[in-house]
Formats: sequence, C-alpha cells, structure tokens
Amino acid sequence: MSSQTAEKAQASTAAPYKRVVRSLGTGAPVYALLVILLVALASTDPGFYEPDRFLAFVKRAAPLVILAAGQYLVIVCGEFDLSVGAIVTAGVVAAAEVYGSFPDAPWPLITAGLLLAGAATGLVSGLITTRLKVPSFITTLGMMLILEGAVFFWTGGSPHGQLAEGFRQMGRGTAMGWLPWAVLACLVAGLVAVLLMRSDFGRTLIATGDSERAAALAGVRVHRARVIAFVLSGAAAALAAVLVGGFSGVSAQAGRGYEFEAITAVVLGGVVLGGGRGSVVAAMAGAFSLQALFTLLNLQGVSGALESTVQGVIVIAAVGLGAADWSRLRRRRIHSSGGRPS
Amino acid sequence: MSGTTGTTGTTVAPPPAVKTRAPSRSRLTDPAVGVWLAAAGVTALGWIVVAARGGDFLTLSNVVGILQNCVALGLVAVGQTAVILTGSLDLSVAYLISLGTLVAATTMEDGSVVTAVLAVLALSAAVGLANGLIVTGLKVNAFIATLGTAFILRGWIEDNYTGPAGKVPASFQHLGYDRMGPIPVSLFLLAAVAAAMWLITRRTRFGHHLYATGGDEHAARLSGVRTRRTIIAAHVLCSLCVGAAALFLASRLGAGAPWAGTEARYDLESIAAVVLGGTVLAGGRGGVAGTLGGVLVLAVLDSVFNQLGVDPFFKNVVRGIVIIAAVAIYARRGSRRSA
Amino acid sequence: MNPLTRRRALVPAVALLAGALLTSCSSDTPPDSPAGASQAAESDKGGDKPSKFFEQAEYERQLKLGKETPQGPAAKPWEQMLEPEMTDTAQYEKKGSGGTHLCFSNAGVFNPWRQVGLKNMKAEVKLHKEISDFTVLDAQGKDDKQISDIQELAGNKDCDALIVSPNTTATLTPAVKEACGKLPVIVFDRGVETDCAVTFVNPIGGYGYGAVAADFLVDKVKPKGKILALRISPGVDVLETRWSAAKLAFDKSELDVVDAKFTDGDPAKTKSIVSDAISRHGSIDGVWMDSGATAVAAVEAFEDAGVDVPPITGEDQQDFLQAWKDKDLTAIAPTYPTFQWRTPVIAALRILDGKQVPKEWKLPQPTVTQANLDEYLQEGMPPLHYAMCGCQDMPGFPKDWGGKK
Repeated sequence: MSSQTAEKAQASTAAPYKRVVRSLGTGAPVYALLVILLVALASTDPGFYEPDRFLAFVKRAAPLVILAAGQYLVIVCGEFDLSVGAIVTAGVVAAAEVYGSFPDAPWPLITAGLLLAGAATGLVSGLITTRLKVPSFITTLGMMLILEGAVFFWTGGSPHGQLAEGFRQMGRGTAMGWLPWAVLACLVAGLVAVLLMRSDFGRTLIATGDSERAAALAGVRVHRARVIAFVLSGAAAALAAVLVGGFSGVSAQAGRGYEFEAITAVVLGGVVLGGGRGSVVAAMAGAFSLQALFTLLNLQGVSGALESTVQGVIVIAAVGLGAADWSRLRRRRIHSSGGRPS
Repeated sequence: MSGTTGTTGTTVAPPPAVKTRAPSRSRLTDPAVGVWLAAAGVTALGWIVVAARGGDFLTLSNVVGILQNCVALGLVAVGQTAVILTGSLDLSVAYLISLGTLVAATTMEDGSVVTAVLAVLALSAAVGLANGLIVTGLKVNAFIATLGTAFILRGWIEDNYTGPAGKVPASFQHLGYDRMGPIPVSLFLLAAVAAAMWLITRRTRFGHHLYATGGDEHAARLSGVRTRRTIIAAHVLCSLCVGAAALFLASRLGAGAPWAGTEARYDLESIAAVVLGGTVLAGGRGGVAGTLGGVLVLAVLDSVFNQLGVDPFFKNVVRGIVIIAAVAIYARRGSRRSA
Repeated sequence: MNPLTRRRALVPAVALLAGALLTSCSSDTPPDSPAGASQAAESDKGGDKPSKFFEQAEYERQLKLGKETPQGPAAKPWEQMLEPEMTDTAQYEKKGSGGTHLCFSNAGVFNPWRQVGLKNMKAEVKLHKEISDFTVLDAQGKDDKQISDIQELAGNKDCDALIVSPNTTATLTPAVKEACGKLPVIVFDRGVETDCAVTFVNPIGGYGYGAVAADFLVDKVKPKGKILALRISPGVDVLETRWSAAKLAFDKSELDVVDAKFTDGDPAKTKSIVSDAISRHGSIDGVWMDSGATAVAAVEAFEDAGVDVPPITGEDQQDFLQAWKDKDLTAIAPTYPTFQWRTPVIAALRILDGKQVPKEWKLPQPTVTQANLDEYLQEGMPPLHYAMCGCQDMPGFPKDWGGKK
C-alpha cells in the first residue's frame, strides 16, 4: 500500500508533459490514425471544424466512445463483452415499453433504472464468468441471445410506447443551447474511466489481465476485479442505450453490431485482446477513429456497398501495423545498438 | 507473450501438452461423450413432451429432418473446430458461405459443375490462407482479423451482387435433395468431411500440432512445432469446410443468396456449437466428435421447439441458457483450468 | 536467430498483403454482371449497375394496375383483387367432416412488418371456426431451414393446405414445387419461380411503391432540386424494384439525385447520413426512402440541423404518420400493406371449399396521403405498428396489436 501511495505522489510531481508522452506511447498508432482521419475530414469538408458541426460529430461518436471505455475495462482484464450491443437494443426497447405503460414516468427514474439493469446484467455475466468458469466469450454470447430473445418475447416483437421527449434530451438535446448533453456524458464517462484506471482498481485490473496467477499471488482479488469490470461495462452499455435511444428514437435494432464496433475500437486503440496492456484513452481514441472513418466514408461518397470493404481493410491494416511495426522498431533499435550487422 | 514465459507457461498448462493430452482424454470424462448423452437426453425429453401433447417426435421423417438440418451448420462447425483447437477463431465464415453460394451458382449457370466446385474451394482456400496469414504474419488477433475479412467479403458481395444470382443445374441439386433409402445424401457429405477432419486431428502429426499449438503456443514452438504454419493450415482447413457448406447450400437453394450465411448467423452459431461440443475456446482441448454432438443438440432443440410451436424469440433465450449451462458444466468437470 | 529473420520477412509481407487487399477491392470486378437484365441499361452516374430485378413489362404492368379499380368489397381491401384470372379449385375441395388444419411456413418475424403481419394472420384464423388447427413453422430467416419446414409440413403433418411466405424467391422454388404435388399451396408476399401454387397473393408491388413515392417528389420539389435517396440494404429484391422504379422517374424528371445511401435500417445511421448530406450539399430539397422504418430519424435530422423538413416519403408506420401529423410535413406514405397476411387464410378456405380463386391474387396497394392521413392514423398504437393492417375491425384490436383504446 505505502509503495503505491509513494508511486502516486511521484507520478503527480512528474512533469505533466512527460506523463502525456508516456501515455501516448502505448497507443501511438491510433493517435496517428485519428489525426490522419481528422485531417482527411477537414480537407473533404472544410466546414467540419465549425463548432456546431464538430460537436455534432462528437455527439454522434459518444455512444461508441462510452461503449469502448466499458469494453476496455473488460478487455484489459482479459475478458470479452459481446453482450453490449444486445444491452443497447434491450435498453432502448425496454424503455419504450415502460413508457408505453407509464407515459408520464420521470426520465431520471427510467435512466437510472436502465443503468441499474445494465449493471445487473454485467454482474450476472461477471459472476457466471468467474464463479462458473465459463469463458466470457461464451457467457456474453449466451447473454446476447438471452437478452435479445427475452426483450422481444416480452414486447411481442416491438415496444408499445414512444420514448418521452424528456428522456430523449440526453441523446438529442443540448445544454446551454450549444453543448450537446451527449458530449457532456461522453466527457464525464471518459473522465471516470481515466480516473478509475489511475486508481488502485485500475492497476488491479491491468495486473489481472497481465497475469492472473501473479496478480492472485500478489493478493489481488482477481474475481472481484473482473466482476466489477463487467458491471461497469454493462452500465456503460446502458448509458449508451440512453444516448442511442435519445439520438434516434425507438428501433428494434438500435444496438446491432455495436459489440463488434466497440471491440474493434478498443483493439484499434492498441489494447491487446487477452488483457494486460493498453490505455483507456487510446481505446476511446479508437472509437473516435472508427466514427471518423464512418463519417469520412460517408462524406467521400464511397459507393455504399464498398464501404464495409474499406472498413475491413483499414481495421486489419491499422491493427496489423500497430501490432507488428512497433515491436519491430523497438527491436531494431536494440538490435542496432548491439552493433551487429544485419 | 509477456506473461507466459517458458516456466510459468508449462506449469499452468499440463506439461506434456504436445504428446499425451489429445489421445488419452477420450473416455467418460470427455465432454464429447457428455454432449452425445445430452443429445440423447434432449431427444428423450422432446419425445416425452411432444408425446404428452399427442404428437409423435421420433417418426422417421422427423429424425431425417433433424439430421438434414445438421448438415450446413455441421460442416461449418467442423471447420470451426479446427481453428478453435489452435486457439484461433473464424468470424468470416458467414460471409464466406454467402459468397460461396453466389460463386457456385453463377459459375454453374454458364460453366460446368466441376469448375464451380473447384472455384468455390479455391476461393475458400484463399480466404482461409488470408485469414491465417493475417493472424500469424500481421499478428492481428483472430477476432479482429477474421472480423475484418468478414467486412471485406461483405463489401465484395454487396458491390457485385444485387440479390440472389445464378442457377444450380438439376444434376447438382441431387446433393441437396436426394436420399439413399431414408438417409439424405448430404449427410454423407457431412460424415465424410467430419471423418476426414477427425482423422486429421486425431491421427496425424499435423493433428498433434494443432492440439499442441492450442494448448500452449509458446511451449509448442519451443518443442519444435511450427505453430504459424499450423495455424495457417487450420484456417485453410476451416475455410474449405465452409466452402463445402456453401456448395451444399447452393445445391439446396438452387441459387446463390447474398444472405445465405449471414441471416442464419453461421459465425456465432458455429462457435456456439463447437463450444457446446466441449471444445475449449482457448484451444488445445476438444474435437470433432463433440462438435457434431453440439450441432445435434441444437438441431434437436430446434425440432422440439418447432413441434411445440414455441415463440421464436423465446427459442433464443433457451439457446443462450443451454450454451452457458453446458459450458459451465464442462468447466466444473475439468475445473483445474480457468479459461 | 530464427524468429528474427522471420520477423524481418514480415514487413514486406504486410505491405504485399495490404496491397493485394486494396487492389482486389478496388479493381477487378467479377465479370458476372447480371446477364438477364438486358432490357434497361440505365447505368448512370454513381456507377450504379442496372438492377437485375428491373423488368420493363412488369414495371408497366404495376403502374397500370395502380390505376385500376379493384373488384371486391370496398371496405375490405384484403378481399379485393385486381384483374383476376380465376382458376378452378374443385380438385382441392375438402371431403368429409372435421376441422380444417392450415399450415404456414413463415420466413421469420425478423422485422416489425412481419410481426404485425403475423398478428393479422393469427387474428384472421380466429375469425373462422372451421379452422381447428393452425401450425406455424418459423424459419428465422434461414432459407435452408424453410426448405426443411416446407418438406416437413407437406410431408408428415395432416395439413389440408400449406401457406408459404418465402424468405427468398429463387431458393425456395424446388421445395415449393415438391409440396405442390402433395397439397394445395398458397404463396404470398414474395413469389417463387414456379406457378404450381394454386394462388400467389401479393399487392401491386415494388415498382408501384417506388414510383408513387418518386412521382410525389417530382410533383412537390422544384426543378433542379436535390434529392437524397435512402435505401435499407442492397440485394433485397422487393426493395431493389422500388428503387429501380424511382430511379427511372427521377431520371425522366429535372430532379437531381445527389446521393443514394444504404442505412441498414438503422435510425442512428440514417440520422448521420442525412445530417452529413445536409452539410455536404448545402441543402436537401426532398427525401425518397425505400421503406419507412427510418423515416422519423430522417425527419429529426432536419430538425436537429435547424432547417425545414423538405418533402419526404415514408411508409405507413405509426411513428411516421404521427410525426407527419404533429409536424405538418409535406409527405406521402406508399404502403406494402400488412393486410395481405389476412388474404392467404381466406384463399386457403376458398380453395378447400372448391371455390374459384385468382391464379395471381393481386391486392390493391393504397397510399396514405395528406387527404386520408387521419383515416389511417390511429392514436395509441405502438410506434412500429403498420397502419395498413386492415385489422381495425378485428376482435382483440387494438390490444392484441399492442395498442391502447
């Protein structure tokens, strides 16, 4: 404990500049990718950086960024969460269903209910994964089937109500007339995630993902850390559901494909599947990159059908370069310092 | 690579993963046996429940129908088994099936059946090779690599096909519709592919390498297994099985359909079937026999739901629970190792 | 040593592979551009290939049908028929007593349109006391499973008649052919490539739908206006016909289709696409949609951008009709009516009675316009309900359809 506080103190006294550089180091490729994409966006569409437009872009990216932050927590401790897309769909549909029966329900209550339900779903996934030793890929795959099936079984295929305007403000409206609530939510979620990873819990999580055995021997309660990660991922997915539902209204396929997008975003951020490495900021940058890519493809007017091909190539290339090139460069530096001819 | 240095790696996984692991486990504790028992159990249960409603579950035509429904998923899942055994995974199978049916049907429309079969298998091998190379060469995690391939294939399909295309000649439709006695011809295809895969995984050097690579890649490499080649070959094998599934579906559907693979969610379903069959997702344990059992369980469940007229949404709930529960039971039996 | 050399080979391999992937996706398009579509070479800017679904004769037929007055009771469009050619069904007349057992092979209930439709069909079955049994097998969108379902229903059940809603046109043909030999078959919604079914129930069709929507925009939007076309996804036959008819109408007009995008039916994606289009083109003067599921999202995108909603086409989905009324939009909603799910049951009973039915039972395809909006917009229905359900007078309405009194 005392060594950790000392470390913390040291970290806070270190020059902020150095810290930024260090944290950039782990996910450098994604920042490069993001910059390239943002420059490309600016050159295709000169108006892209007008405050309104840019905020609209961030707002659109917010759900994915929040999902990526949640997914990061799960991935960094060595697990997967494939159920987040289903949580988003189920959340939107369930909220609409509740509004169908109680049209005057106050929105804070519904939102809080959703967050709790998301967290509870995460809790179940986490407990099944840790206590019953079911690989999380399977747990959350099963959870995805169960959630989708259950919510449509409950609603008979489609929800009976509309989402109330108050509820939708979070995803659609703006604070003070210019700052979208979604951007605020995204900032808050991002900040919480960063603080969380700076805390003891964050270190525990990374240690768990790096080597469960070593972490357990060092006294980390690995099961508890993992369960908390799943709970937070579930809650993040529920928050994304609130934003998605607010942004675009009721849809029976609100969250379709989000699980893969979130995982892609996290991996794009240089986080290693299997856990133990990567930063949450980079994961969120990965989400922004992905959204920027979608927007760019849309603005460029790439033939609709080819969009997914381009997306696939870029994702593979980015992850491939991120994985291969950096270790190689480092190796070469060591290698050349050894002075042996190649 | 950072955490699993040589020593810890070998203590976590049972040490002689390379040699003894695979053959010695095929007795009662084997999940493969369990899943076949489960299939029998589900069948019995289905028979009772359906009989209680005045129906008859175990009629010849119903049994044949269940087996027929196993073929497509079975072929994909057998292939998926090979990659999962190495600790990899293939999410591109669904789009490969779609593309396979399209290529098969359009080639058959103006060419010969033989060319079409060769074209589909060549396409599959190429996609498998690409998957394998991306996973091993570019070091992209299989999840992302094959997801990326899936997106590429999707774009290809959407750009080049506006809907169902091509036409399969009657001669090739025998595969999808004919029966020998009561048994569908296509079942022999599945049996042949599964038998071949069983021989490859259990009786060849390469098979041992598959298990070794999946059990502990680092240890396998240290003991001289060319793990990269093994993983690439597993991906090619998997895609070839998927190609076979595409050919079967083309013959059954009579045309190529851009959503033949995706609407049935063959990607996740095949993984679910493999895991249901007791193959460990992290690789190194399990096998084809269990996978076939997993496919059978899913097909029998489907048939029971059909007979009872269960709401399709509710089916998914039950499937999800069954999959999680099955894997939990396996984990409990072999609880020395956590995923 | 060994790993090092291997790693060195990696980068060129990466480059090669990436290069190969990139070239393969941009160039060599396979030469199998559909051979059957020689009728209309409507290749235009944007590199759209002529849809293989476009058939000039069928297009003209549908436009003509759209102007016909249907035969049959005016208040029951699901019993009406357009230009029927009656066929004799005496051979199928059910002998003996005992209730009728109808069987239905459903492609799936994977979208709200199909969910509303299935509710209609079940309610219709309840209206007929002579139906003692109604078996539904759901293929969950899998062609392969639907083939087995059809075989199962045709083979070993004591079904008196088989209703099929095919998941895919071409692929279910063999199975339906086989079933035709065993019992009377009624096909509806999508067709199959055989006329062995006793009757094929369907509304006018996609060309009619697409043309109605496009003509509305041609009428309402000033010349040179910028049109945004929003489509669900490529390769779905019923949607391709809608788009090809609309494209023809736009090509003939002075309107300028600035973008044709696929939304995947996802409202969030739709909203993004529309707001991007607004900023990219300065303004959008009309929106054409091939189906209504995402129409409200498109409307909201204009609102959020702070501009007036231009003339827009949607579908008879409740949320769109509601938004249309509340926001006083300039809109039209062509329909692909869900009341067609009632007709197959009626047809089956007629066939089993030995009464004549049309060989192709063409149903009318009403359009919701400003004039009749209030007639179709029913308060209290769920947002994903389809107004053209023909279910308003059925027992259990509106509760069974999820609505409130």
